[in-house]
Amino acid sequence: MKSSVITFPGSNCDRDMDVALKKFGFKNKMVWHNDAEFPKSDLVVLPGGFSYGDYLRCGSMASKSKIMKSVINFANSGGIVMGICNGFQILVETGLVPGVLLRNKYLEFICKNVFVKINNKQNTFFKNIDNNVLEFHIAHNEGNYFCTKDQLKEIEDNEQVAINYCDKDGKSEEQFNPNGSIKNIAGIFNKKKNILGMMPHPERMIDPSLSGEDGSLFFNNLINNLK
Amino acid sequence: MIVNEQVAIDHGLKKDEYAKICELLKRTPNITELGVFSAMWNEHCSYKSSKLHLKKLPTKGKQVIQGPGENAGIIDIGDNDAIVFKIESHNHPSFIEPYQGAATGVGGIMRDVFTMGARPIANLNSIHFGSPQHKKTKNLLRGVVHGIGGYGNCMGVPTIAGQTNFDSSYNGNILVNAMTLGLVKKDKIFYSKAAGLNKPVIYVGSKTGRDGIHGASMASTSFDEKIEEKKPTVQVGDPFTEKLLLEACLELMAGDSIIAIQDMGAAGLTSSSIEMASKGNLGIEINLNKVPCREAKMTPYEIMLSESQERMLIVLENGKEEHAKKIFDKWNLDFAVIGKTTKSKKIELYFNDEKVANIPVNTLVENSPMYDRKWKKAKLPKKNKIKKDDLKNLKIIDVLKKVLSNPNVCSKEWIWQQYDHTVMGDTIQKPGGDAGVVRVHGTDKAVAASVDSSAVYCWAHPLTGGKQVVCESFRNLISVGAKPVAITNCLNFGSPENEENMGEFVECVQGIGEAAEYLKFPIVSGNVSFYNQTKEEGIKPTPSIGGVGLIKDYQKMITMDFKEIDNIVLVIGKTEGHIDQSLFARNILDEKNGPPPEINLFNEKNNGETLLKLIDSGYIKSAHDVSLGGIITAVSKMCIKGNKGIYLKKPKYLINEIEYFFAEDQGRYIIEITKKDLKKVTDLLNKNAVHFDELGTINENQLFINDKTKATINELITSNTNWLTNYMSK
Repeated sequence: MKSSVITFPGSNCDRDMDVALKKFGFKNKMVWHNDAEFPKSDLVVLPGGFSYGDYLRCGSMASKSKIMKSVINFANSGGIVMGICNGFQILVETGLVPGVLLRNKYLEFICKNVFVKINNKQNTFFKNIDNNVLEFHIAHNEGNYFCTKDQLKEIEDNEQVAINYCDKDGKSEEQFNPNGSIKNIAGIFNKKKNILGMMPHPERMIDPSLSGEDGSLFFNNLINNLK
Repeated sequence: MIVNEQVAIDHGLKKDEYAKICELLKRTPNITELGVFSAMWNEHCSYKSSKLHLKKLPTKGKQVIQGPGENAGIIDIGDNDAIVFKIESHNHPSFIEPYQGAATGVGGIMRDVFTMGARPIANLNSIHFGSPQHKKTKNLLRGVVHGIGGYGNCMGVPTIAGQTNFDSSYNGNILVNAMTLGLVKKDKIFYSKAAGLNKPVIYVGSKTGRDGIHGASMASTSFDEKIEEKKPTVQVGDPFTEKLLLEACLELMAGDSIIAIQDMGAAGLTSSSIEMASKGNLGIEINLNKVPCREAKMTPYEIMLSESQERMLIVLENGKEEHAKKIFDKWNLDFAVIGKTTKSKKIELYFNDEKVANIPVNTLVENSPMYDRKWKKAKLPKKNKIKKDDLKNLKIIDVLKKVLSNPNVCSKEWIWQQYDHTVMGDTIQKPGGDAGVVRVHGTDKAVAASVDSSAVYCWAHPLTGGKQVVCESFRNLISVGAKPVAITNCLNFGSPENEENMGEFVECVQGIGEAAEYLKFPIVSGNVSFYNQTKEEGIKPTPSIGGVGLIKDYQKMITMDFKEIDNIVLVIGKTEGHIDQSLFARNILDEKNGPPPEINLFNEKNNGETLLKLIDSGYIKSAHDVSLGGIITAVSKMCIKGNKGIYLKKPKYLINEIEYFFAEDQGRYIIEITKKDLKKVTDLLNKNAVHFDELGTINENQLFINDKTKATINELITSNTNWLTNYMSK
């Protein structure tokens, strides 16, 4: 399986994603934001970081990068695209997934392990995962997902909510919401479910010596589903 | 502007210093030259009050590649890998403007590390604030934490450890010390020594603005009521540009274009150009019209003294300009050839075709002032006579809860949760333990680092305090299973012109030196911050020690959380019941006098090295050094982290329960072992003449003391975790 990770100026989880993808068998290539094309890929990843310093709205500058035209075409023709953290913010800015990401409710950057409930397994990302709850890791300042009432209805009707913050037993209540996101949303799909944007970093959970191993579960499953 | 003695004094120079400048130049300097001298001769850049004493510190060792004098120190960790590290203060700017002050402190120290060719792999910090009740403390704490996070998080470098202390002596002068570790290949290290004639001098990074002018001079004086006027001397950070600069520099460093490289830190273009010329015994000629400026009509004086951040000066090989420019263009950074190396041994500046400065380099560096300041030796305070009756009335669990919720002991999770501590995917011990640990990417090795200070001990007796803080760093590294290799120090003191403050400095440095020498724990880099005082009120002497250690097999790393029910808990090292200057004496008995606990360097080394052997043999399930709050506080923290309880027993000593559990005798560690290993472990301890007491066994979730008093671990967690969160949300 071939993957491409896009590096924007200010990306800082690009190497971590490269390490993770390779560990689980992807032949990964790093792609510069100013290139027009990326190599033929089964998966394209927009990694975390602070593209363009987050000085404008997070992700807005990167969403206008040269490479993004190709990414958008790839996504619109059914290609598998994943945006993590700042990558999620970029996806939102391109309009490939609905909604916006606001500043965290308590106005502070937050870095910790969280539990997320898988809401929909009828897709390449989560199909065949036995667990209903995963322990992931978040590290962000703007992960407070928000959308209009109409958008929310549409998202829910189309089962576009991918994961919600919850406790270890899968209870998705307000007290387990780290950033104030609407309905505890931690990640969403596009309508066709070939695009996933999420705040948690599975690439930081791929080794028992690190924060945990549920990221390994996620990547192993992803590559098997792509085969 | 005409330069005279008064103008020089306004630049922070003393009368005799100004006279010396005129003598060295054999004329009156012009305003640009005076600016250059004032920047190079202030305390912050010249170390004029500290040099004499710093020379005495042990700086060499088998693993030391680079000691003090470069941008950062370097140690060898085997397999062609080396660790570059340094700690630096940003105290004055952080008090004036906490967010930018702290942020640029973090940015500056990372630049020192990647200037040498190393990719930063971990950040640490040591921050000290005034009393929690002081009106400024909360905002300063919030601002500093946001600033540290804002910069480090954006750079994508994990912040893996740190310490936060509160004491009223910092009410008017907070301390912000930032430390960075970087990883470099031993054969790809870059230095600041220029070499060769007519080599292009290159300016890269951000444009030069009017921010931070006189920053280094500002950091070389005390504060007074005009502090608000000093805001323009604080630099403004741009971590995004620094991230680009990091990547661009590392890309250029992969080739062989660079002869010398130096970041523009304190005193900006002035100190970076002079440093390179001085080390290479060369001259440098700069055309200031070529310097990329942010604002129109900047004068040579302003350009030379600006402390705008995220800038580097590089001496390139001839003919490599195009290659280098391409890389900086790719990263959207300014690139300009601004001058060349010369044989004049002078710093020659041109502006609008006019020579605006012409100064022999040696007058700025070798001839810079050095003072043998007067200092006063501190007496060892008399021991307090604590009345045993006073202790009898205390309920041990109540005292423990008070200690656990003390601002200097309580959990600092509110702080470190705002720092990205997991980016780069190699953090195997996050903040909250004895030391942070990151793997050396792609290898079995890991590097441990911690930062410590013990201002109370240093204040009570500087010589002992200086030794203690080095020992504490040594213990923190050993507690995670790392072999201590070297340290970096950040020496925060009051005015060197005050004999008592200077005495504190001299004796702390002596103590640091003695301990470092004995423990074979050399000092490879550091920085001095004097004038941490507002009017006459100085801070407690606060040397911060950043220790770095190596774990050869990261699977053998130790954490402090209790692991298993029924395992046995021992304390290594003898408990004599030293209460004076302990957290217990100062905060529970309100007794602030007396000597700090004694340091026995033989025991420190022996206990530590024996524990490392036990760890290496796989006997140790968890470990934690005993520090503030004594045995019971250390054990409680291990309970809290592991969510386990303990049946704790005081051995049959002659001292009473309170003294045994809250004393702060040094050289001690708590360890957890299995029952079946007990004999092997105690045999090894006996063989090495290491004193130990058996403290008890681990249980599910309650703390029992001598079978009587008890508390649930949840109660202890509440005491330990709530204080800071509640304080910050009020």
